[in-house]
Amino acid sequence: MTIREMQKILDAQFLYGEELEDVDAEFVFSADMMSDVLAYCGKCSVLMTGLCNPQVVRTAEMLDIVCIIFVRGKMPDEHMLALAMEKGIAILATEHYMFTACGLLYEHGLRGGA
Amino acid sequence: MGDQLIFTYDIDGSDFTRAGEASSSVKNKLKMLGVNSEIIRRVAIAMYEGEINMVIHADGGQITVTVSDDDIVMVLADRGPGIPDIGKAMQEGYSTARPEVRSLGFGAGMGLPNMKRYTDQMEIDTVVGKGTTITMKVAF
Repeated sequence: MTIREMQKILDAQFLYGEELEDVDAEFVFSADMMSDVLAYCGKCSVLMTGLCNPQVVRTAEMLDIVCIIFVRGKMPDEHMLALAMEKGIAILATEHYMFTACGLLYEHGLRGGA
Repeated sequence: MGDQLIFTYDIDGSDFTRAGEASSSVKNKLKMLGVNSEIIRRVAIAMYEGEINMVIHADGGQITVTVSDDDIVMVLADRGPGIPDIGKAMQEGYSTARPEVRSLGFGAGMGLPNMKRYTDQMEIDTVVGKGTTITMKVAF
């Protein structure tokens, strides 16, 4: 599924990286603890989280994540967006809660991968 | 013996938002050196966990990364409180991090186990009240 498709399914805002809209992803990991993301993210290339601080972008960078989806209406600040821009990581933000957002993507064929 | 490349970083323990800059720098350098991407990922994750630990537990420290023909060695040295019980600290889920650290997404008790998981060799040299030096090796 492309990042653009995820954005539409989640009714999300594209905060950065529209030029990455055609990047394809198969596996998503969702968590608020970055320690768990680092431990279990495995082959996932999309990170869904309700945590909103610069270490989310750093964690994504270490794991070669291509897109971060912020749930529950969390909005990254300018500093975080600048960091995402520097690292080439697309940023989406949706009002959906984590469970719903995961369910919607799962329904459309994405899977969790570890 | 072939050439070695050595990178050193002073880790600022006072600014959580900057934690990870050294790991990011190493990741970029290894990419430029053409190192295998899976190796880079393992080094980056292990070093990042260690760097975060240095900031949240030890008020910073110094990291030295040596890239040689056979392996990448990371030495993370701090003058923090030391680890009183390494056995406990290596258990997944055991953490002494403050609640505010957990609210930042860390301190789930996965740091040291992750560092071990992603490296081929890890040694912890710690003295309570003096500091901790962690040496990690990832072989090519």
